[in-house]
Amino acid sequence: MTFTVSLNHFIFVSAILFSLGIYAVLTRRNAIMVLMGIELILNSANINFVAFSRYAGMDVNGHLAAIFVIFLAACEAAVALAIVLNIYKQFNTVNVDEVSTMKD
Amino acid sequence: MTETLFLQFATAILFIPLISFLVLIFFGKKLSDKSAIVGSGLIGSTLLLSLIIFFSKINYFHNQTFEYTFTWVDFGYYDSKINLGIMIDNMTAIMLVVVTLVSFLVHLFSISYMKGDIRYSRYFAFLGIFSFSMLGIVLADNFFMIYVFWELVGLSSYLLIGHWYEKTSAANASKKAFIVNRVGDVGMFTGIMILWSTFGTLDFEKIFSLMSLGVIPFESTVWLTAAGLLIFCGAVGKSAQFPLHVWLPDAMEGPTPVSALIHAATMVAAGVYLIARVFPIFTADALIVIAYIGAITAFVSATIAIAQYDIKKVLAYSTVSQLGYMVMSLGVGGFTSGFFHLVTHAAFKAGLFLGSGSVIFAMHHVLHHHNDHHTDPQDIRNMGGLKNKMPITFWTFLIFTLAISGVPLTSGFLSKDDILAGTLAFSDLTGHTIIPIIAFTVAGMTAFYMFRVLILTFMGSHADSHRIDGIHESPWQMTTPLIIFAALSLFFFYSPNPTNASEGWFYSAVVRPETAVPENVSASSIESFEEAVHHNHGKAITLSLLIAGLGILISFATYYWKKISADKILNMFPKTFKFLNMKWYFDELYDKTVVWFTMTTAKVLAWFDFKIIDGLVNGTASVTKSTAFGSGKFDNVVVDGIVNLTAYTFGFFGLIIRTIQTGKVQTYLAFAIVGALMIFFFFN
Amino acid sequence: MNNNFLNIGILTWMTFIPVVGMIAVLLVPKEQKTTIRWISLGATIVQLIFSVIIYTNFDRSLAGVNNAATMQFVERYSWIDIKSVEWFGRIHIEYFLGIDGISVPMVLLTALISFVAVLSSWSIEKSIKGYFALLLLLDTGMMGVFVSLDFFLFYVFWEIMLLPMYFLIGIWGGPRREYAAIKFFIYTLFGSVLMLLVLIALYFSVSIPDASTGELVHTFDMIAMMNPANYEANSLLFGLNTSWRYIAYVGLFIGFAIKVPIFPFHTWLPDAHVEAPTAISVILAGVLLKMGTYGLMRVAMPIFPDAAIYYLYPLAFLGFINIVYGALCAMAQTDFKKLIAYSSVSHMGIVLLGMAALNTQGMIGAMFQMFNHGTITAMLFLIVGVIYDRTHTRGLNDFGGLMNQMPKYSAIMVIAFFAALGLPGLSGFVSEVFSFLGAFQTFRWITIASTLGIVLTAGYMLWTLQRVFLGELPEKWKSLTDINNRELIMLVPLAIIVILLGVYPTPILDLMNASANELVDFIKGENNLTILGQ
Repeated sequence: MTFTVSLNHFIFVSAILFSLGIYAVLTRRNAIMVLMGIELILNSANINFVAFSRYAGMDVNGHLAAIFVIFLAACEAAVALAIVLNIYKQFNTVNVDEVSTMKD
Repeated sequence: MTETLFLQFATAILFIPLISFLVLIFFGKKLSDKSAIVGSGLIGSTLLLSLIIFFSKINYFHNQTFEYTFTWVDFGYYDSKINLGIMIDNMTAIMLVVVTLVSFLVHLFSISYMKGDIRYSRYFAFLGIFSFSMLGIVLADNFFMIYVFWELVGLSSYLLIGHWYEKTSAANASKKAFIVNRVGDVGMFTGIMILWSTFGTLDFEKIFSLMSLGVIPFESTVWLTAAGLLIFCGAVGKSAQFPLHVWLPDAMEGPTPVSALIHAATMVAAGVYLIARVFPIFTADALIVIAYIGAITAFVSATIAIAQYDIKKVLAYSTVSQLGYMVMSLGVGGFTSGFFHLVTHAAFKAGLFLGSGSVIFAMHHVLHHHNDHHTDPQDIRNMGGLKNKMPITFWTFLIFTLAISGVPLTSGFLSKDDILAGTLAFSDLTGHTIIPIIAFTVAGMTAFYMFRVLILTFMGSHADSHRIDGIHESPWQMTTPLIIFAALSLFFFYSPNPTNASEGWFYSAVVRPETAVPENVSASSIESFEEAVHHNHGKAITLSLLIAGLGILISFATYYWKKISADKILNMFPKTFKFLNMKWYFDELYDKTVVWFTMTTAKVLAWFDFKIIDGLVNGTASVTKSTAFGSGKFDNVVVDGIVNLTAYTFGFFGLIIRTIQTGKVQTYLAFAIVGALMIFFFFN
Repeated sequence: MNNNFLNIGILTWMTFIPVVGMIAVLLVPKEQKTTIRWISLGATIVQLIFSVIIYTNFDRSLAGVNNAATMQFVERYSWIDIKSVEWFGRIHIEYFLGIDGISVPMVLLTALISFVAVLSSWSIEKSIKGYFALLLLLDTGMMGVFVSLDFFLFYVFWEIMLLPMYFLIGIWGGPRREYAAIKFFIYTLFGSVLMLLVLIALYFSVSIPDASTGELVHTFDMIAMMNPANYEANSLLFGLNTSWRYIAYVGLFIGFAIKVPIFPFHTWLPDAHVEAPTAISVILAGVLLKMGTYGLMRVAMPIFPDAAIYYLYPLAFLGFINIVYGALCAMAQTDFKKLIAYSSVSHMGIVLLGMAALNTQGMIGAMFQMFNHGTITAMLFLIVGVIYDRTHTRGLNDFGGLMNQMPKYSAIMVIAFFAALGLPGLSGFVSEVFSFLGAFQTFRWITIASTLGIVLTAGYMLWTLQRVFLGELPEKWKSLTDINNRELIMLVPLAIIVILLGVYPTPILDLMNASANELVDFIKGENNLTILGQ
């Protein structure tokens, strides 16, 4: 019996990744961890892009979108990390619960 | 002499004193002592010109009137103009000489009298403007100009009476003189307004001629009489007639030569001159009022003069009394005699004042020498026995006293006698017998009090025998004017006949003018009056001689021979004496009534203005302010309250909803996800 | 007649030279006090020179009043022109300047008094820059009122003048300056509001054909308002002797009466005078009060001749009250400035009386009195200012005997005092006599009653003179110095004018003769004047 990897598998993996990501974003107190959760979410989306692209026969459109997302993710990470760094400087913590005010 | 020359001379006479004033005001400090020479010299030149005018006018141009008029203000349309101009008739020519002569001699007298005064040059400057103003009145040919100079005379008197203004009494006296005169002037001005609104011109000649054509103010003879009497008000003020005579005795606060000038030639003479000048406009009623005012003045002031001790006060009241005489004379219709008395009186009254000045000067010096500052140098009780020490002053003073008492061979006799005859004639014609009675009584009183002054001052023995040695005759600058005036107080200057003035040049030169008022309101005609005078002439002479003699006799009996004790009489009627000595309490009366009323009204109105009117304004302001405050409250509480309530309501809900705003990113995200799931759930 | 200078009309120069000065003053740093003073003085001197040009070039034979063709130095441009607004029609406001015999003496007076006022402000030290800027702005406002012939423009200048006055009293004044300034401002504004209402009513009643298109346009042109033919039928102010016209006249009258000031609207005056600095008192008495009577002559009476005649008797009566009431109130004062303020009330009464006479002598007397009161009262206030500068008191009873201490000063003071009490040979007499002569022909008894004022004036003036200048000098004033050269420069020209016009008034009378006669004729018009109160 040949075991073919179908679209469903990809979606399944992606859903797990997404759920893990959401979980991380919602429950982690550490900002870095939250960021990592976001990365997971983005990557789950990437998987979907590539999978749908492959199975719907749309050349490389999906791949391109995935690459685009990866770029954006990199940028976002850079900016977000910078913000986190600043928050740390300001509040001496990266715990997102303690950073609830907009000003001092 | 030609007409132009006359007018040029007259103009020069008018303006030279003004030049004297200006020069002395601006360069007085530099000229210092020389200012007297400048002033006297300039006035002397006007005297010369006046004499030239006088002689040629009387001798060669007897019946001509020279006039020069120019338009001063042209109102444009309706042909209304105000003219100024000068005119010379015989009356003017005579007055010019009187004014400039007295003025010149007063200047001369003042040179030594005022020596050492702190405002020496200013004094002469003011004498200059005084002469200028008076000459303006004399030369004026219209009411406007006469009014202008009338007021200027008021100013000059203010300046001169207040010459020693550091003294409160002098400052008060000058103020009083000006204000009392103003009261009269306002009357005169009202008269002028009536004339202007009737005739549209103020020139004498035009008004007289229009009036003789039947034009009268507001077609009513009452207004015509009123106009005349209002003009006369001016004379009442300036000539110190009852009831405005109160300023004149106070005016003695000025230097004595000034008194001579005021009393003899300027100012007080102006009133009489005015009556004479505008004589044609007076109705019979107006003339009767004038006669009575004159008579009352003459009587009241004669009684006051009897009870005064200050030599200048006696003379002042005698002036008022004599002015009353002149006014009365004009009022009864004795035009020429009234005016004649003005001229003769000018000479002997100026002499009397300068004589008293000479005495006061001597007394002042001797008192100063003895370091005596308590004795009043003007009180006749402190004098006596000056006859031998000051012979010139005494003899001239005697002549003046004889003249004013109406003793034959003097000028005073001539004029007074004629006035008395006039009053008799008047009572014959109209039945007002009280006028001649007053006139003769006053004649007797005048003789009495004038000899009282003469005896107490010059005869008997001096009050303080230590003092008498220090008294000397005054210097020549002071005695010369006395001698000149004494000469002019004798009859032959005026008439060849010592008992009848009408034979002299004066009576042919000054003739009563024809009246301009309608016949039904005019006084008795010139002819009938002349006839009545002629008829009464003998009676008047006899009576006046008797009465004057009686007055002199009583005076000698009382003060020289001491047969009658003056003190005893005083003690018998202390109240009467006090009443007379206090001048009938006129000043007090005016203080308590007019002055009090004015000041109280002023204070009440000022209070009214401050409290009521301004109070209303401030009240309006504070009402507005409270209203504003109230509506501000309303705005704050009610209107703004509603607004705030709305805001609070929203705020309340906001507070509730705010609780979900935790500021935690993860909560928001959770909400977002839940929301997304719910959307997915519901809309799928 | 060349009435242009650098292609700008001479009246514009007259009016706006002070604004140029003001801008220059504002550009100078505030430390350079002398420069600021000299710039201000320069501006007023230029104005004075222009006024001399006007005086020499003014054609004495043209009457003006209600005829735009005989107005002189006319400048007429469209200023605000909004084409057809819905339900409002076209709005057309002109920049219309011109003078006639009524305004020319006032223009000269304003130039003269402004010059004197700047000179007398020399010793001001407190924020000098603002002071002179405001003073010059005030000058513009006053001048503008006297030269504008467009009612709107007139109103604008009228209001412009208020503002600087408010600050000048409120900042540089005495201890109660704020009270006085606010009182002055609100009082005048109250009058302005009435004037504004009448202005609007007139605007909607009057229309003239446009020069180019011929369509009927509402106008603010005063001269057009004087012609009954320009009133639209059925408009509010159409016709003669209607109650709306009477109401409008009374509205205008109150607006102007407050400025004069006429009893009972006079109480702002003593306060404003007492608190204002010397120069402002001078301007207030010298020019501002005349704006009231000028307004009556220029605006109220010719626009509403019917109402003017209807209210002639009350006008004369108010004149009488002003004369006597003012004099009596003056008599009771112990503050030198207050006394002069009340004497102003009294003297302005003479203007009213002369105006009410409605004949040549009365009108000329009134106009001349306006001029003379300006110079004489200016002198009086300067005189008070001189001793106030030295002693810092104005209490009449604090003084005495200054005559010997300050001889030059006293000489000038004597001239001013006697001019104020109407001594012949000084200008006050001439106008007073003319006013009375005129008034007597129309109102016999009121005039006779008013002559009481002549005596009262003599009374309080001489009493004041005695209290301040005669008698003994108090010990504390032994060190007072006599008047200095700057003070002489401002007082002597006024004294000379007072004397010259007293002796020979024709130079000024000439200017106004034609206009005064025209004004009288025009107001009397076909309405035969019924003489009341005989």
